[in-house]
Amino acid sequence: MNVTDIRRNKRVQLILGLLMGIVFGFLLQKASVTEYDVILGQLLLSDFTVVKVMFSAVLVGMIGLYLLNRAGRITYHVTEGSVGTTVIGGLIFGIGFALLGYCPGTVAGAIGSGWLDALFGGAVGIVIGAGLFATFYPRLKPLLSCRPFKEPTLYELIRVKPAILIPLYCIGIVILFFLLEMAGL
Amino acid sequence: MIIEWLTMQQWSPYLAGAGIGILSWFTFLLSDKGLGCSTSYAKTAGMIESVVTRGKSRDKKYYKEFPPVIDWQWILVIGIIIGAFLSSILSGTFSVGVVPDLFQARFGDDPAVRILFALIGGILMGIGARWARGCTSGHGITGNMQLGTASLVASACFFAGGIAMAFILYAF
Repeated sequence: MNVTDIRRNKRVQLILGLLMGIVFGFLLQKASVTEYDVILGQLLLSDFTVVKVMFSAVLVGMIGLYLLNRAGRITYHVTEGSVGTTVIGGLIFGIGFALLGYCPGTVAGAIGSGWLDALFGGAVGIVIGAGLFATFYPRLKPLLSCRPFKEPTLYELIRVKPAILIPLYCIGIVILFFLLEMAGL
Repeated sequence: MIIEWLTMQQWSPYLAGAGIGILSWFTFLLSDKGLGCSTSYAKTAGMIESVVTRGKSRDKKYYKEFPPVIDWQWILVIGIIIGAFLSSILSGTFSVGVVPDLFQARFGDDPAVRILFALIGGILMGIGARWARGCTSGHGITGNMQLGTASLVASACFFAGGIAMAFILYAF
């Protein structure tokens, strides 16, 4: 079975989705970002575990995806945005983030670790919220398309080639890690 | 050796994060997708609505663009529950709880209060995630590793809103 067959086979994709989810959930739990106290610690700027996990994933993922893309093995999937979509939606998400203390991925991990607030509050709430959004979607459309971002990636926005920007970005992440460790955060 | 790793209570956040980065290579390579979670909740909402309205909700514009069916990302979220369960069982940290320590110290130990906060937060998060077309996984991890403009802006807004609200809740 080659990669194209694997991608097209729906049953294989469901099995892969489940396995990849198990690995993802395992890693999130081991990183302790499935805990309310750790997420609120990040938002209160006293515990930088969430930032360390996210930027480590970005650092390693970015290098691999770039090489795989250059070798013609994968295509990027960049989400488009606008001020109406990304900024407004992002801020609403952020307020919910602090009230809930989990995100849509880690809430599932918190459920798996035994947290009932994540199940009966968090997951139920996110489903209700997503359903509400779907209901009001047609009426929100004009606002969502307000001031779209013209350049889909940072490469195009600041006109720097990936071969230069990626190493610089990775160095920036490593410097951030050093600073966090030096500050004892 | 491997057993010790699996039963460890906590891994270095750098190591766990790097693992998520490597996992992303495989999601792109084998499934042509990036890690993301919030669409699954919209699909769940659509499936529930479809049952309640006997299929009428399928005419909704949003569900035509994002059909409410069980797919790769939906099952990924189920996998997260299983993976976290395995991890916490192996490390002996699994325990059923409702009110986290930090919340209890500030707002008391009433489970109903905590559930109410989580429910309101969850509703806002569900609206915000679909509004922004992604969450801390889809934008924060997958989008940022592609240096997507929208994902960089979204992540900044997630944290700006989150930090502001967390300080309102806890700092004063």
